[in-house]
Amino acid sequence: MPPDTTSKDARVVALIGNPNTGKSSLFNALCGMNARVGNYPGVTVEQKVGRLSGTAEIIDVIDLPGTYSLAARSADEAVAVNVLSGEIPQQAKPEVAIVILDAANVERNLYLFSQIYELGLPVIVVMNMWDRVTSEGLTVNAELLSQRLGVPVVCTSANKRKGIDELKKTIEKTLRSPSATPQSEQFARAMFPSVFHDEVKQLTEWLESQGRKPSTYQVDRLLIDSDGHFQKLICQSGLPDIATKIDEARLRLQTAGCKVPMFETKARYAWVRKLIDGAVVRQESRSASPSDRIDRWLTHRWVGMLFFVFVMFIVFQSITLFAKFPMDGIQWLQAQASSGVEAVLDPGALRSLIVDGVIGGVGGVIVFLPQIAILFLFIAILEDCGYMARAAFVMDKLMTTVGLSGKSFLPLMSSFACAVPGIMATRTIESRKDRMVTLLIAPLMSCSARLPVYVLMVSAFVPDTKYAGGWITLQGMVLMFMQSLGAMVAIPVAWLLKKFFFPGEPATFLMELHSYKWPSPVVIYQRVWERLVSFVVRAGTLIFCTSILVWAAVYFPGDHMSLDAAVAQLEERQSEVSEMIAKQPPAPRGSEPATEDPSIANMQSKIDEAQELVNQQRSKLIEGSFLGMVGHRIEPLVKPLGWDWKIGVAVVASFPAREVIIATLGTIYSLGSDQDENSQGLQHQMQIAEWPNDGKPVFSLATALSIMVFFALCAQCSATLMTIRRETNSWRWPIFSFVYMTTLAYIGAWLTYQCFRFWS
Amino acid sequence: MSLPIISLDDLQQGESAIIVEIIGDDVVASRLMEMGLIEDEPIAMVGRAPMGDPTEYALRGYRISLRKSESGRVLVRREL
Repeated sequence: MPPDTTSKDARVVALIGNPNTGKSSLFNALCGMNARVGNYPGVTVEQKVGRLSGTAEIIDVIDLPGTYSLAARSADEAVAVNVLSGEIPQQAKPEVAIVILDAANVERNLYLFSQIYELGLPVIVVMNMWDRVTSEGLTVNAELLSQRLGVPVVCTSANKRKGIDELKKTIEKTLRSPSATPQSEQFARAMFPSVFHDEVKQLTEWLESQGRKPSTYQVDRLLIDSDGHFQKLICQSGLPDIATKIDEARLRLQTAGCKVPMFETKARYAWVRKLIDGAVVRQESRSASPSDRIDRWLTHRWVGMLFFVFVMFIVFQSITLFAKFPMDGIQWLQAQASSGVEAVLDPGALRSLIVDGVIGGVGGVIVFLPQIAILFLFIAILEDCGYMARAAFVMDKLMTTVGLSGKSFLPLMSSFACAVPGIMATRTIESRKDRMVTLLIAPLMSCSARLPVYVLMVSAFVPDTKYAGGWITLQGMVLMFMQSLGAMVAIPVAWLLKKFFFPGEPATFLMELHSYKWPSPVVIYQRVWERLVSFVVRAGTLIFCTSILVWAAVYFPGDHMSLDAAVAQLEERQSEVSEMIAKQPPAPRGSEPATEDPSIANMQSKIDEAQELVNQQRSKLIEGSFLGMVGHRIEPLVKPLGWDWKIGVAVVASFPAREVIIATLGTIYSLGSDQDENSQGLQHQMQIAEWPNDGKPVFSLATALSIMVFFALCAQCSATLMTIRRETNSWRWPIFSFVYMTTLAYIGAWLTYQCFRFWS
Repeated sequence: MSLPIISLDDLQQGESAIIVEIIGDDVVASRLMEMGLIEDEPIAMVGRAPMGDPTEYALRGYRISLRKSESGRVLVRREL
């Protein structure tokens, strides 16, 4: 079912509230985990629709992005307004707005409520995190608030699943018989100065004379928000005069002493104060709360910093340590599946498709799951207990030096392990500009897939020179430089992206700091599960497809008859040998195992011969494949980098994942594809490779460095690109990433080669 | 005797003050006002981040973190 449409016979309600009010846990509590996730047309705002469980009628719940105001300055706010006023195509206008408030911060949360209230929809107020009210020394009289507002008020603790049934009943009841439309005197806008009301009337009349039918809300926003969402919309719709009209009106307001936009917030907060007077009472205690006492240490100058480093250390150690076992397990399963298929199927196109394409492709997707699961487990715990905001608070100053905010730290840090979970973690960044810049520079961080490439090149071509009595090695220094190169390049890239691609959006970092609490297991489980499913379903399918495509480019159009024959021969001989070994009587105790048996030794050499033949055939086929053709075609392009066509092919073939280059080089150099970075055979073959025309060695220090620099900066990772596609809901950004990173990589590799070619 | 008007950023840890004015009418100013920073409203400085910026403030019963570039836009008068 497409996520952007709610089904025809379903009734529709919308869930809206400030960020950090537990909105997503309430949504999950209401709808279970089966939300349909998509994107609103044209913007990178996630659209989430779920179905209320356990109700007689079909009721769809739209989860709107968390927002502080309906002033519609950001894409999130614009979406919220458009959904609530029924202006999103193919989405029914919600019949009820469920406004979720943080029960421990009612005053600030009611500001948004006062704006939603004026849209004229029936409203239900949910006081979430109700369990915090008592623990924070508050008294909240929900009944009194409900009376004063004339709308139902339900108290919930979504993370503990409390109050959910009551809320469902209230939703059903409100849909059956909506509460009476509130009188306009009940709205906060009744407290706006009379000059403003006059201007609204004038502007409405003028707009009506132009054939428009604006709502009071829209006219309010036109006058209040300088350069706001509605002004842009109405200017685009062919009413250019509106800008001057609005400017004149604002000038008149200004001279009448009604300061825009201040009067709005002032009136609304005054309205809120009157509303909560006597209904929300805060016990003024002089002594610091437990949360304050924790905070005193966790944001302390030294202790806070140390604690932050300690937390990050635990997070990233856990990722590398605990992800290793499941990842090894996945690779083992992959090998088992491959050999299982090989045992059943004869060599041929189908077997190659299943083993190299399908199993490789599926493996390429699920190998990311352990890292994603562990990273998001930590993110969910840190977010839910309240430390995440403090981490951003602690790191903000450092990150502003590169033009980002404290919230970018964790996603970027995660990208040193793998850009895929790192990019997914950018969702915690509210500012769109910061999020996009972080997401676009994350793939420059040196991920673990680059390391094998560096190790291979460094150990084969960088001289084993030692300095300072053997404590410092040249190889180690080159390795370190390569590891940090991406991060260094990311600094100017971030600056350029901010300046030229996302200009104008101001960098605000107003962040709420909640009091600490124990994380809720339900919430954590749901967040991790959501991330895993969304990765597998949305990015996984695309990653799988690229693997198949690259497989096809390597497999076709070659004639695989002789390779298949050679493989069949090899496998036959291998099984003969295992049978011979099995038949042998067990070796007498104390003597050498009977590998010296001349017939077995003879067979072994035949196996080696057959293996050699297979490798040669593979190497020949890859040269004749589509990919090989591309490699030959691009040789003039990669020659300035010091590469021959074989390196070119290996680089192109590594598009699904960087580390694939090692296996491809192994195949091209007739060594079989099971090479790793420490393989002596591959290092040796690379060292003796020569240019065909002048017999000079292909690989020099300069070439090795140029390959490493290329891999440090390139975007050869389809998983990363597909994750960018998924997270931005547009092909524009993965294409942009690929182009800018490949250009950077090419220039970097070219400069490196040109600088070092005369060196050695 | 009325106390001098200072920037919110000048408050020391534990001090509180009354907001006098938010400078400007751009997005930053509107956002600050929407978050409840409005004239005549009391605000207290809770503590600074380890590197000196941003700073945590308390108002209307909640905590907010503001950068110097934002708190510099808020004029306050110290409470007696």
